Amino acid sequence: MSNLNKLNSVLIKKTLKLDCGKEISNFPLAYETYGNLNENKDNAILIFHALTGDQYASGINPVTNKEGWWNYAVGPGKPFDTDKFFIICANVIGGCMGSYGPGSIDPLTNKPLGTNFPVITINDMVNAQYNLLDHFKIEKLFAVAGGSMGGMQVLQFVSNFPNKAKVALPIACTASHSAQNIAFNELGRQAIMSDSNWKEGLYNEKSTNPDKGLAVARMAAHITYLSKQGLQEKFGRNLQERSDLKFGFDADFQIESYLRYQGSVFVDRFDANSYLYITRAMDYFDLTKQFDGNLSKAFKNTKTKFFIISFTSDWLYPTSENKDIVIALNAIGADVGFVEIKTDKGHDSFLLDVPDFLSTIKNYLNTTYSNINERRI
Amino acid sequence: MKEEFKVISKFIEEKSRVLDVGCGDGILMEFLSKNKVVDIRGLEISKEKVKKCLSKGLAVIEGDAENDLKQFPDLSFDYVILSQTLQAFMNPEKVIENLLRVGKKVIVTIPNFGHWKVRLDLLFKGEMPVTKNLPYQWYDTPNLHMCTILDFYNFCNNRGINIFKTISLNGQTISNIKRSNLKYKNLISELGIFLLEK
Repeated sequence: MSNLNKLNSVLIKKTLKLDCGKEISNFPLAYETYGNLNENKDNAILIFHALTGDQYASGINPVTNKEGWWNYAVGPGKPFDTDKFFIICANVIGGCMGSYGPGSIDPLTNKPLGTNFPVITINDMVNAQYNLLDHFKIEKLFAVAGGSMGGMQVLQFVSNFPNKAKVALPIACTASHSAQNIAFNELGRQAIMSDSNWKEGLYNEKSTNPDKGLAVARMAAHITYLSKQGLQEKFGRNLQERSDLKFGFDADFQIESYLRYQGSVFVDRFDANSYLYITRAMDYFDLTKQFDGNLSKAFKNTKTKFFIISFTSDWLYPTSENKDIVIALNAIGADVGFVEIKTDKGHDSFLLDVPDFLSTIKNYLNTTYSNINERRI
Repeated sequence: MKEEFKVISKFIEEKSRVLDVGCGDGILMEFLSKNKVVDIRGLEISKEKVKKCLSKGLAVIEGDAENDLKQFPDLSFDYVILSQTLQAFMNPEKVIENLLRVGKKVIVTIPNFGHWKVRLDLLFKGEMPVTKNLPYQWYDTPNLHMCTILDFYNFCNNRGINIFKTISLNGQTISNIKRSNLKYKNLISELGIFLLEK
């Protein structure tokens, strides 16, 4: 990851008081932009990424040389149309793509912070990202959008800054991380921390990487992103480059080989400590609790137009949890649209080529953008 | 523009909050937001139709009136509209109760099973009627609880629901339904449009 110092980032000088009580200042926040900010500065959309995403939503990621994580949705003529909108994709603090995170160097010791990095929350991430509005001198965003953990950031952003986005698109997310969500995240963290190369989080100093643990974490998580039906249809009991079972523990089945591959490519691009910190932030996310058990209060007096989307086969952030957000918004008369998209692609649907999902977002954004502009004239 | 929607639109005052239950493709919602200054929401059970509405930027949520009306607080809308959907519910009585809870005023449109063509079909052909407003066969109809204008009128009266106004629609012809012409209008109307209040 030698290219990291060439990435766009803003140095946040202001002190940010974190939920854990610690304060940080003079820290970098990485971002990428697509399209152009218009003269009125009314066409900006802030996109938040999911757990293992980064600021490279579209085009080619210069660090991994792979396609951006939301290439189906962001680009010229795409739902988040870069010919029309100015897209800012913000990295999260705690991440490993140029923002302040466990891999950052501690100026006092000249060594990576590792587990000396403070535990951060979704609220902290959003408060850091808010500085991008000042950076681009944008008074009000047209929209904030994101799926999964990105959706949680959307909810937190609108709650923290009720007048800063006209439209909010939280996709396949929840207002409160469930026991099952926490359980899966804990499984991933335990896999990392039980890798002897993890070295209590100081592996950078010792030049060892907990690759095996991180790969297992990714494999486990990857299963949660897919549906049973999707897996069955794609892999079934197909064997991997062999005609018979080998009566051993090599990857006999295609699904095993697929998961191993997913694990192995993940360790090349992601930092184990970042995985610990970001999953922790997700687990701590409970917007309902932040507002004394009443989620509606999180959006009190909001003028933002919400469009919430869930997927039929998503069992990680199921429709019922997305609907809880809709219900909380309806309870206060907020402007909210909601649809559950039919697909067998599981939680990952929001990242994939799901035409119904993509076309609905595209039309919704275009119509809403022109409606808002017409009203102003 | 459907005549029915014009009648509904006349019932609705400017600057009001409106909920369209069973909003379909959102045609009425679009008409109302273009022609009246209203703040309008929709509830629709069909995914396809919800996607169409959202594509037009309308605030529509996918849901079922029998289960999802409960999320709206008491009297949170000035008007709640239920256009030709009542007959499709498992429990229309409960739906009406909920509409009157959520809306200060409720507009209900019913396809009239008392229309003379319907009566003649059954009388002479001895078959379940299939008409423009009731285009289904008995085995594939979503309409579980058909009623006539008179039935619905009595339904409201028996429950102490105030009927402000009742409009008869027969083709392009719009007329008022009163107590005095109720039986006649029940024979000649294709649709009945009721403006109700608890």
